[in-house]
Amino acid sequence: MSQFMETFDRLRDEKRYAEVIASVPYARLMGVEFGEGDDGELLFSLPFYERNVGNTTLPALHGGLIGGFLENAALLHLMWGRESQEAPKIVDFSLDYLRSGRAQTLYARCEITKQGKRVAHVLIEAWQEDRKKPVAVARAHFLLSTGS
Amino acid sequence: MSHADAANPEVLKAMGELFVSLPHCRTLGFEYLGTVGRKPMLRVQWREDLVGNPATGVVHGGVITSIVDTTSAVSVAANMQDYETIATLDLRIDYLKAATPGKAIYCTAECYRMASQIAFTRAVCYHDSPDDPIAHGVATFMRGSNPKPMLQVEDKP
Repeated sequence: MSQFMETFDRLRDEKRYAEVIASVPYARLMGVEFGEGDDGELLFSLPFYERNVGNTTLPALHGGLIGGFLENAALLHLMWGRESQEAPKIVDFSLDYLRSGRAQTLYARCEITKQGKRVAHVLIEAWQEDRKKPVAVARAHFLLSTGS
Repeated sequence: MSHADAANPEVLKAMGELFVSLPHCRTLGFEYLGTVGRKPMLRVQWREDLVGNPATGVVHGGVITSIVDTTSAVSVAANMQDYETIATLDLRIDYLKAATPGKAIYCTAECYRMASQIAFTRAVCYHDSPDDPIAHGVATFMRGSNPKPMLQVEDKP
């Protein structure tokens, strides 16, 4: 196990969410935050920052940034569940944009649809003010390192 | 590189420069290298703050997603007769192999079908040669997505 994973495991066990983000450079650059929601499931959030804008006249968040936020959420969600001994590797990622991301906090939740020995399938949903009005939905496959 | 082959060279030049100047693209350090035929090329240099896995130094997949989205949008602009707004409808990335830490990533894209309401694109990311790709991306864009122009009239050249 890499030193990064050992550090990650310790931060996870102690629920030091901000330090987990601080350990992933691009997640820190985006400005991602996460923690447990009321139901105990992980809830990811991305406060609005001007540096994340992709359309200045609306304004709207950059589509690629929304993708990065969702992919990162899926990765951390998998790692939080101890699904892999090393950081899972993304295989493919598919993203549907349903509404433009406004200058507000963006939220995301993940669901592990299938957990195989080698591959995991994760669904991710992002919304802003109203959970019933998703900004984007995505699915991803990850390769796991289970040591078996 | 020139914009001569574009459906409207002036539109491509303005939209290409606009797309890489957007705040998130500036944050990531995207460079628009130009367009050959109707295939634009962008570059992003490796940077420590773009890494997704600190154990390996490999760039975060989200950076790939952003450069594919942006380059694909420029490829749509290469096929525009006049200024119009576009919005990504969906995007799929296949991560063919991990990017090499320390190396710049190049992305080229083409809009292979410009339908009346939808534009269809494909893109490839690589270090040294498009024949040795890191990632492949396909996307669709909604045309005329917003009545509010992406470029203010006074910004137009």
